[in-house]
Amino acid sequence: MKKLKLVMIGNGMAGCRTLEELLKLAPDMYDITVFGAEPHPNYNRILLSPVLAGEMMLPDIVLNDLAWYENNGIALHAGKTVTKIDRVKRKVIAADGTEAGYDRLLLATGSLPFILPVPGKDLPGVIAYRDIADTEAMIDAAKHHKHAVVIGAGLLGLEAANGLKLRGMDVTVVHLADWIMERQLDKTAADLLQKSLEAKGMKFLLGKQTAELVGGESGRVAAIKFKDGASIPAELVVMAVGIRPNIKLAESAGIHCERGIVVDDTLQTFDPKIYAVGECVAHRGIAYGLVAPLFEQAKVCANHLAEHGIGRYTGSVTSTKLKVTGIDVFSAGDFMGGEGTEDLLLSDPKGPQGGLYKKLVLKGNKLVGAVLYGESEDSNWYFKLMREGTDISALRHRLLFGETHLGDSGHGGQSRAAAMKDSDQVCDCNGVCKGDIVKAITTKGLFTLDDVKAHTKAAASCGSCTGLVEQILAHTLGGEYSAPEIKPMCKCTDASHDQVRAAIREQHLTSIADVMAKLEWKRADGCPSCRPALNYYLISTWPNEAKDDYQSRYINERAHANIQKDGSYSVVPRLFGGSVTVDQLRAIADVAEKFEVPEMKITGGQRIDLFGVKKEKLPEVWGFLTERGLVSGHAYGKALRTVKTCVGSDWCRFGVQDSTQMGIDLEEMTWGSWTPHKYKMAVSGCPRNCAEATIKDFGVVGIDSGWELHVGGNGGVKVRATDLLCRVTTREEVLEYAGAFMQIYREEARYLERTAPWIERVGLPYIKTRVVEDAAGRASAYKRLLESQEVYRFDPWAERAQGVDKHEFTPLKVIAA
Amino acid sequence: MMNAIVEKTVQEQWIEVGGVADIPRDGARVVKTPLGDIAVFRNMADEVFALRDKCPHKGGPLSQGIVYGRRVACPLHNWHIALESGMAVAPDEGCAASFPVRVEGERVYLSLTPNEHCSNH
Repeated sequence: MKKLKLVMIGNGMAGCRTLEELLKLAPDMYDITVFGAEPHPNYNRILLSPVLAGEMMLPDIVLNDLAWYENNGIALHAGKTVTKIDRVKRKVIAADGTEAGYDRLLLATGSLPFILPVPGKDLPGVIAYRDIADTEAMIDAAKHHKHAVVIGAGLLGLEAANGLKLRGMDVTVVHLADWIMERQLDKTAADLLQKSLEAKGMKFLLGKQTAELVGGESGRVAAIKFKDGASIPAELVVMAVGIRPNIKLAESAGIHCERGIVVDDTLQTFDPKIYAVGECVAHRGIAYGLVAPLFEQAKVCANHLAEHGIGRYTGSVTSTKLKVTGIDVFSAGDFMGGEGTEDLLLSDPKGPQGGLYKKLVLKGNKLVGAVLYGESEDSNWYFKLMREGTDISALRHRLLFGETHLGDSGHGGQSRAAAMKDSDQVCDCNGVCKGDIVKAITTKGLFTLDDVKAHTKAAASCGSCTGLVEQILAHTLGGEYSAPEIKPMCKCTDASHDQVRAAIREQHLTSIADVMAKLEWKRADGCPSCRPALNYYLISTWPNEAKDDYQSRYINERAHANIQKDGSYSVVPRLFGGSVTVDQLRAIADVAEKFEVPEMKITGGQRIDLFGVKKEKLPEVWGFLTERGLVSGHAYGKALRTVKTCVGSDWCRFGVQDSTQMGIDLEEMTWGSWTPHKYKMAVSGCPRNCAEATIKDFGVVGIDSGWELHVGGNGGVKVRATDLLCRVTTREEVLEYAGAFMQIYREEARYLERTAPWIERVGLPYIKTRVVEDAAGRASAYKRLLESQEVYRFDPWAERAQGVDKHEFTPLKVIAA
Repeated sequence: MMNAIVEKTVQEQWIEVGGVADIPRDGARVVKTPLGDIAVFRNMADEVFALRDKCPHKGGPLSQGIVYGRRVACPLHNWHIALESGMAVAPDEGCAASFPVRVEGERVYLSLTPNEHCSNH
């Protein structure tokens, strides 16, 4: 098949990202030609500020070197500006006469800095801040001149001023508005920021309008004059008063433009052969200037260029962070507030970094905007609450104090990415330091959490440092990072967990193959990340119909035992409610002796763990235990693990309820059920709570008048105490509420999401509505759990001791010496 | 010395190890040999591959991993290994030795002489 011709105009980040995505999807579909006005390969524009500040070097910020273009067969015309698009003959023409024909054209012309139309704007020494040439001009000016004036105190202007100051210039920032960064900050935060920038030696002139730039004897700019008649010296003037989409070429070709080149949700322009992405685009009236939305556009555009035809770009919520070392500022959403909104404020003018200020804007029970100054480690959390529209009414009174104050001990005490040293360890599982992560982000051109995980392994094991890694990513990339609004399940699909689940339910899909076909999976066979999730969604939604696909389960769930580092397995028999008989203890002792189990441990969940069993021996071990009445403890599964209990009113002089029996009842009801992640319960017989029920997924605490029910606790990587759900009186009520809560978790949480983050995502009021207030809904959820248990409450060990899945436990062949 | 003799006698010959149907689709079985375990994989397209049952990272048994496409994910720390070559998928680095394997009719034949590109025999 003859290849189609794709021409891209503009060699920047959004365009090249589109090509990268396209090459992943359809590597052989197009012959690609790229025109770029700058004489460089694609580089990371975001990192020009660190280059200016002397923290990085130019070669560090190249994203796609020349070899990349060559290896992918892309013809690169660097330093050639396209001046004409001939839509009839379908070709583009550059200023030097170079022509290229196209079947599809991709416009990625970016944006142009806005230049104030004042006399003297063309003098030598007057520049914008946009590209490598501008940055080099500033670095050069700092060597030879003293006075710099930056016009515009937005994000870019302040970063330029900071860089020039660090290079030894005397810097004044001139701004038309009454406070700096007025499009991102309210006055209070802006004043604090100004104060600390002044402490770094920058000067500010606010409310000043530029009248003229005055040339000196050498012909270079020498001073800036204001409308009020005042004047200050300036041998370098940097205009940073905004950018506008570069639409000149598109307009001259008759392509419909408004503020930017108008595109639909597939990034197609009004000419169906022509697509556009990046800062030159106006999508639903908005032109974005941050990289995260542009990368989302790139992904969708590539998909349509590859003629897969899936995915729509529907706009992005953006946030801002200033990349000035040592200063923490964050802003997102509707940070000014107004009609119908309320502000939550926390302010300490004497806080660290010259002040602490937090403002959260609420509308009804949702967070809609935030400004943080001096302490922004919770920015990702606030941003997430905003994007997901979480009902925050239950945490409203604690919201200002941040996520780490939601009753937990945090992650190793370290929660501030900005304050960390390069040598500080971030990922305690894989031993990754902050410096390693920053280096990987900058030198390898990483923009997403997944990229960082793959390259550094940080946050790739237990995940407890994920927030910290996101902070480092945000801090290193500044305002350019924001997590995508809808996170796809994995790289095999653009659909999110919730969308996949809805499709399974609404379209009655009952096998992994069906889901992949209906939702147009990109990889026929899925991957180790989506297949276990799909299998779980299927069996939990259609317990009677979906077939459990063991090849899509992690080894522990496939082998019904926990794999250990040496490839042997551990075996944990179930002891209902942590209660144990002489016969059971004897059976465990006998099995350990007979099979020469090298080590045993009492687990945290009141069970006995037998280590070092060879896989081939598992069915025999299980057969031995089964004959003595013991069943699988599911210590290996995303499943009901254990119900831990204290001894309760039978023996304890303080006990007010029979916690042991309640634990046994709960465990008999729920054992064998699969859940999105592991699920633990506990029952205490009195408020002294010796079973530690308040750090379990579902905790029950006996009180004199009945039982208190708690949800969403966690004692693992991130300690979280439960939320109180309600009080009930009878045993039957405890079982019904426990069953209903567990079933709603099973049906609605995302795979690998524990109850704690699930509740924080959907909000406690939602859980209370479903489980406490809606009696009919509760009864029906309880019923659905019991129906599913008809299918899944069986002992997988007994089956396997009888020969089920024999292939799993026997070698294919033994070749003798 | 003993090993060298064993190696001599088994190399350069195809050994029948079982039927294709004995290996689950998107799964693996282990062949035990005097020189260590070899994992024999079968993917969704019924292609069969053989690798040393040892992840180049921390020695995890690859036979226990999830198979997808032409790859397997190690059960211990989720490294992804290419089934044809035994090479770790970038950005990870390393390899597990791969062994020649062929299917005739429904039978699977394995050679115990590893392919040469990887030193982790």
